[in-house]
Amino acid sequence: MLLILSTGKNMHKLLIDSPGKEMFVLGNEAIARGAIEAGIGVATCYPGTPSSEIPDTFFATYQEGGFYFEYSTNEKVALEVAAGAAISGVRSMCTMKHVGMNVAADSLMTLAYLGVTAGMVIVNADDPSLFSSQNEQDNRYYARLSGLPLLEPTTAQEMKDMAVAAFGLSEQLRLPVILRTTTRLNHLRGVVRFGTIQPIKSKGFFKKDPFHYVAIPAVSRNLHKILIEKNDQALELSENSEHNQIIGEGKWGIVTNGVSMNYVQDAIDDLGIGDKVTILRLGFSYPMPENLIGRFLTGVEKVLVVEELEPLMEHDIRSLAQSKGIGIPINGKGDGLFPRLYEFDPGLVRKTIASYFKVPDTSPKAVDVAGIPDLPGRPPNLCAGCPHRAMYYAIKKVYGPDAIYPSDIGCYTLGLLPPLSMADIVICMGASVGSSCGIAKATDQKVVSFIGDSTFFHAGIPGLINAVHNNHRFTLVILDNGTTAMTGHQPHPGVDTTPMGVDTKQISIESVVRGCGVEHVQVVNPLQVKKSIEAAQASEEFDGISVIVSQEFCPLFARVVKKAKKIRPFYVNQDKCKQRRDCIDLLACPGMYLADGRTMIDENLCIGCTVCAQVCPENAILPLKK
Amino acid sequence: METKRIVFVGVGGQGNLLVTRLLGEACLAAGIPAVVSEIHGMAQRGGIVESALVMGARSPIVSRGEADILIGFEPSETLRALNKCNENTVVITNIHPLPPFTVAIGQGVYPDIEEALDLIKNSVRSLIVLDGNELAAKAGNPLSLNMVMLGALVGSKIIPLDEDTLKETIATSTRQEFLESNLRAFDFGVAAAGKG
Repeated sequence: MLLILSTGKNMHKLLIDSPGKEMFVLGNEAIARGAIEAGIGVATCYPGTPSSEIPDTFFATYQEGGFYFEYSTNEKVALEVAAGAAISGVRSMCTMKHVGMNVAADSLMTLAYLGVTAGMVIVNADDPSLFSSQNEQDNRYYARLSGLPLLEPTTAQEMKDMAVAAFGLSEQLRLPVILRTTTRLNHLRGVVRFGTIQPIKSKGFFKKDPFHYVAIPAVSRNLHKILIEKNDQALELSENSEHNQIIGEGKWGIVTNGVSMNYVQDAIDDLGIGDKVTILRLGFSYPMPENLIGRFLTGVEKVLVVEELEPLMEHDIRSLAQSKGIGIPINGKGDGLFPRLYEFDPGLVRKTIASYFKVPDTSPKAVDVAGIPDLPGRPPNLCAGCPHRAMYYAIKKVYGPDAIYPSDIGCYTLGLLPPLSMADIVICMGASVGSSCGIAKATDQKVVSFIGDSTFFHAGIPGLINAVHNNHRFTLVILDNGTTAMTGHQPHPGVDTTPMGVDTKQISIESVVRGCGVEHVQVVNPLQVKKSIEAAQASEEFDGISVIVSQEFCPLFARVVKKAKKIRPFYVNQDKCKQRRDCIDLLACPGMYLADGRTMIDENLCIGCTVCAQVCPENAILPLKK
Repeated sequence: METKRIVFVGVGGQGNLLVTRLLGEACLAAGIPAVVSEIHGMAQRGGIVESALVMGARSPIVSRGEADILIGFEPSETLRALNKCNENTVVITNIHPLPPFTVAIGQGVYPDIEEALDLIKNSVRSLIVLDGNELAAKAGNPLSLNMVMLGALVGSKIIPLDEDTLKETIATSTRQEFLESNLRAFDFGVAAAGKG
């Protein structure tokens, strides 16, 4: 678990100020270390895979390290907090996953006009292959859209080094800088050599300059001009950046960035074509260094562009070649050599390089797995004793399988899987509430939507106000498990953080809901099955917007922070069990299994939530005697 | 140095991420260039957890057919990951099954593991099979399965790291209260691989 504050006895490993020390660290830890070396005063975030370990590292170090850190309510707020600090002269870092940038985009676009005085770094974690995301958008577009410089590291060392460098670059240009990673970089581990920790400047001064900082049309017309001038300056810096390199002298050109640089270098070694290849590696990848690219293009005969997701560099380089009158072949995704879908891997890159440059592919052949029997799937599942499962059971019991169940982003999205089948539409953070308004208005179907506690604070509240104000008719279930569970148990505004040694004010979800104007509000413990079913019935009978706050701690989280009560597992009394299997067919708790046709409970997984015992029509599920 | 691509597969909670990290730290101590990749997030809710350690190259992940060593903490997951292997791969697997919940609700059938392993035995360089759960229990801590598997990797003598380097890393990087059982489990793993 990450949420353990470091104590005075042993300094957190990432705070040790011993330049030259080498440590084997996670990519995300390397970024946090870079920020610490750069003397950040303010760090903000909204957690989200694959970025979460950056803020979790800040959370574990900020008190001892002497800087300010917060888990902000959402990415837009996080960006604004960091911007306020950087405009006031304090170095700040704001971290988020790729889709978080969509939430922050409104602020981002105009912050680029305003600029900053102290360094500000926005860490953006893309998720090619959608390991834990609703889409795989390519956020390099955001650099182009906003006009902000873009850095893309390749190794753990560079994640640390570029984080430090990004602050300097930001101050040089007086612009926020985007440090873009992908899942494979965030979650790799490698050796990082530490640098010196610069002193923290934790207090600045907001110097009034309304005709620069108040973005009304008359001001912004001028600010846009300034941004474009800064882009010209950024281009100069990109031309001369150590992060943009031409490597080798061969006639075969390869352009690459980010994690793909590793695959390219390994492929060249594996294929033994080092003397035939020239690599153009773009680490400061926006603005694209036009002269450097021009020099590269004039030295090679053909070019393969190796970049994950969208063909951005490919298009830019092709258009640059056209403007310079260079006619060599430049290929990548447009020609179907590389897919626009999903992440790359070393084998794919090696194979494509081999075929493009017509050298034999040395890749080994995978074993034939034809003889292996079909394997049972192992999808991620709601944990044994998860309170979300209990609430899904109660709602489904009342509303049945035909009601529409909009859901949201969190562990509870896993309710999608049969036999629960409790998610019909998921778009993005907060969309459960807004989409429910439309579905309820446009159909005569019953609508019950689900949103988690952290997600409710993040983006659910405006939708709820909309539902109340415009008289929409549906039930909203707020699944309050007292933590941001999916991303690793970070706190949110509804959490009492005192046990974590942090002084924040806890905000009651029920009060917020009532404050939004909802008149029909029920708070239930989902582990009390009968009461939960009654609450569901009352919501169904109510004509209007009804909210159920389903309150019970995430058991994984409770185990760490709350010193959970002694677990008393349950067992199935085989004399009483008539094999109705409601426990398996309706609840699908992973603590249950079948052995020789008998329903059993794995006492190592059971946490004694008692829900299956309440559901069992034969009262065959009983607590194990000690 | 010669590149070694090692893939670890297991189920959430079995601790393969921890031993992958320990192996990486041992590489740093021994001066061997190494990079590790991990899967976090959604995969941890009872799903499959895959990690990799690559020595002597830069890419942190291992493509289909390119593992030099596959370490499976759960036998059906070893079978699922076989597409990572080629005819020169060494496969080390725990034999203790952990059927997924899909089996309980009738969405799948758990395979006959011994039969399936027999099938693949001849298509890879070697297959080392051990009951890691039994050895972990014998070591005094059922959660030390990961140390058994790490021991088996070192005991198979196919990586350029010795027992002492790993034991030192275990001593400095794992919780003191479990140190004794961890080291015992590691030793059992080393011995089991020697026999296998």
